[in-house]
Amino acid sequence: MNLKELVTGSSGEKQFLLGNEAAVRGVIEAGVSIAATYPGTPSSEIGNVLSVLAKDANIYFEFSTNEKVAMEVAATAAASGLRSFTFMKHVGMNVAADSFMTTAYSGVRGGMVILTADDPSLFSSQNEQDSRNYSRLANMPILEPSNCQEVKDMVKYAFDLSEQFNIPVIVRTTTRVSHMRGVVEFGDKIDNSSNNDNHWKRGHFKKDPSQFVPVPAFAGDMHVKLWNKIHKIEEITNASDLNNEIKFSQDKKYGIIASSSAYNYAHDVVKFNNLNVDILKLGFSYPFPQDKVHEFLKDLDEVFVVEEVDPIMEKETLAVCGLNNLDVIVHGKLDETFPLYHEFNSDIVADGLNKVLNFKQEENINYSSNLEQLNQDIPSRAPVLCAGCPHRAMYYGINKAIDELGLKTSDVIFASDIGCYTLGINPPYNAADYLLSMGSSVGDGCGFSVSTDQKVASFIGDSTFFHSGVSPLINAVHNKHNFVLTVLDNRITAMTGGQPNPGIPIDGMGDEAPEVSIRKLAVACGCDYVRVINPFNLDQVVKTYKEAFQRNDTAVIVSKAPCTLIKGLAKKPPVNFIEKNCNNCDKCVNEFACPAISKINGKISIDNAQCDGCNVCIQVCKYGALDAGR
Amino acid sequence: MQVGEKMDNHYSIYICGVGGQGIIKTSTIIGEAAMNQGLDVVMSEIHGMSQRGGSVSTELKIGGYTSSIIPNHGADMLLSFEPIETIRGLDKVNSQTKIVFNTHPIIPSSNDKVYPNVDNMTKVLKENFNHVLPIDGTQLAIDAGSVLSLNMVLLGAVTADDKFPLTKDSVIDAMKNNLKPKFHEMNLKAIESGYKSIRG
Repeated sequence: MNLKELVTGSSGEKQFLLGNEAAVRGVIEAGVSIAATYPGTPSSEIGNVLSVLAKDANIYFEFSTNEKVAMEVAATAAASGLRSFTFMKHVGMNVAADSFMTTAYSGVRGGMVILTADDPSLFSSQNEQDSRNYSRLANMPILEPSNCQEVKDMVKYAFDLSEQFNIPVIVRTTTRVSHMRGVVEFGDKIDNSSNNDNHWKRGHFKKDPSQFVPVPAFAGDMHVKLWNKIHKIEEITNASDLNNEIKFSQDKKYGIIASSSAYNYAHDVVKFNNLNVDILKLGFSYPFPQDKVHEFLKDLDEVFVVEEVDPIMEKETLAVCGLNNLDVIVHGKLDETFPLYHEFNSDIVADGLNKVLNFKQEENINYSSNLEQLNQDIPSRAPVLCAGCPHRAMYYGINKAIDELGLKTSDVIFASDIGCYTLGINPPYNAADYLLSMGSSVGDGCGFSVSTDQKVASFIGDSTFFHSGVSPLINAVHNKHNFVLTVLDNRITAMTGGQPNPGIPIDGMGDEAPEVSIRKLAVACGCDYVRVINPFNLDQVVKTYKEAFQRNDTAVIVSKAPCTLIKGLAKKPPVNFIEKNCNNCDKCVNEFACPAISKINGKISIDNAQCDGCNVCIQVCKYGALDAGR
Repeated sequence: MQVGEKMDNHYSIYICGVGGQGIIKTSTIIGEAAMNQGLDVVMSEIHGMSQRGGSVSTELKIGGYTSSIIPNHGADMLLSFEPIETIRGLDKVNSQTKIVFNTHPIIPSSNDKVYPNVDNMTKVLKENFNHVLPIDGTQLAIDAGSVLSLNMVLLGAVTADDKFPLTKDSVIDAMKNNLKPKFHEMNLKAIESGYKSIRG
């Protein structure tokens, strides 16, 4: 499919779309004018697609420096009467939370939708927090699509709902919904043509401090108004088609309440095993539709609540039982019918249901002992830093500097951050000892430097530095903290698929943009020692780190070289192996550990398809067995 | 099978291999072809940290499925782009699953264990499963014009299964809709050679 069809496609047309692409179509159908994000998997492709389509779709789109800024861009657009959309991964909600919480109080004029993509089973995240808690925390309605069609439809509907009640609406997906692909039938588009010289429409902000300035005198009233809205919206959730019963049973004895991807597994287990169980699917799950749930529960003996990750609807179902004196047994995570962590699948849901319903036939599958052995003998294949990755070169160099300074590994704490460079945790680099969140490496450097006598080396990527590394760097300088901060400036937001960031001269819509200098920022923060190095020059790397580690202040090293995955970079010729010079020290394999170099049948082998010609291995080899390709 | 998911005209394929082998594109082409033939289809894919040379898999389910995840032992076909990734995918297969795999190894840089002998691996698989179909997909791809057409060779192999509910023509149409015209001729050659490697 050509992505442009997300803009040009007309009502009734069907496309095979990724959940994240379906979200973009929903945004286009809803006539959104302003969209902002900070990239984070599993939501990243929404931004990648919007970045390409924004101009055709009359949308202003930006990759904001972080999720809080994105939230603020969307909130002010909605306050100005425009439809706005912000989206992020679940942990991005934590960054945005301060402003997010207030948007519930102040509300909106144009529709505002916040999509948060959760990551049960942590495919690419540091936790599996359940964003549905944010709807309860802020008192904000939440929609939970289960498939690609619903993603499109619910995103669109969320804007209507937002405008009906002047409140932002959350759409919560999971990795399995965002990265599901399915057939999506398009609907009508709302016209969002520009009313000015820009490609997107402009609104007008009409002042009303009692709505938009939550000083204590106003905010107390706002909270009362918020609850009034939520009570009214609960009437909608009780009546909504998005909360519908799917009948499979003749008698009403057992039921399932489910949402999101967990609903999909529950549905298929019931359908394909002919279980005598009805399902109440909650697509609009907060405010919790208490009357509808009561109606579903009242004739049942037992109900299963099937949800990922926290037992949120389960507790709310228990509350409905308690408030209405219902004699229904509630099975879920609290009674250990289902696990309290990780994503579900059909097998996990079937196992849980089977504890009560006893429908599964045990089938023993016996494999030969040879196969069992083979299963144990296969090598692992974890993600690694790419061949030619500038991060590997830097990690090799810093470890060499530490060694040449006579320091032990245990003398240096490596505070890491969120990005590809977190892969430095792997041997032989072992360059990640502590990690909290985006930007945390800098604050962690501050803390370790006053808490221990160990040296501290903090690592942060360029995009992450702009995201939330600058204010802790100011803290470091002002409070006289002593550590070495490396900004791994690979000229892109790499881990999430190569989005631009303020350090490169291009913006989220592909236009030219001012480039913000990391070096100048560090200098402006007050750092006396700021060095920009080429990580592929091993001598320079080692010399600079040796210098930096001997200082007693916050030293900043900008390790600057482009990510090897950036499209359009000239490919350099692969390295040559000169067998006669090799003395089998295996340093290139064991200490540099580039995936393009392996030892096959006792001989070093260069994989020409992978080798990027960074030539760092040539500098690693003392014997001249590796030579630059031509 | 632990979880029943069997009906006529239903077909589940678990596709696995290494990041960069074109696995998501192959799955998308099959899914789009299914949609064009008027069939329900859902697919699951993994992005992000899971790539960067790591193991990658997609799951594709044709027929009236709501969930895009194949239950354990529920796949009709395991299509593996790399020998040892076949072993990692075995949770999805049962005795009747067609196990089609490319015999050309990509040695992982983890180096934690010695890469197993592929002929022996094939022998062990045949001891345990009824339909084990190794093909030298990488060589067929090179013969078709480029090692990059490996995914097309394997796509051709899928269409050769007599239980596969889509026609080769609809898969070819979807390929043309998803890949650049300058590669169509090579891809057609690759699809044909993959098809023949199974149908003989």
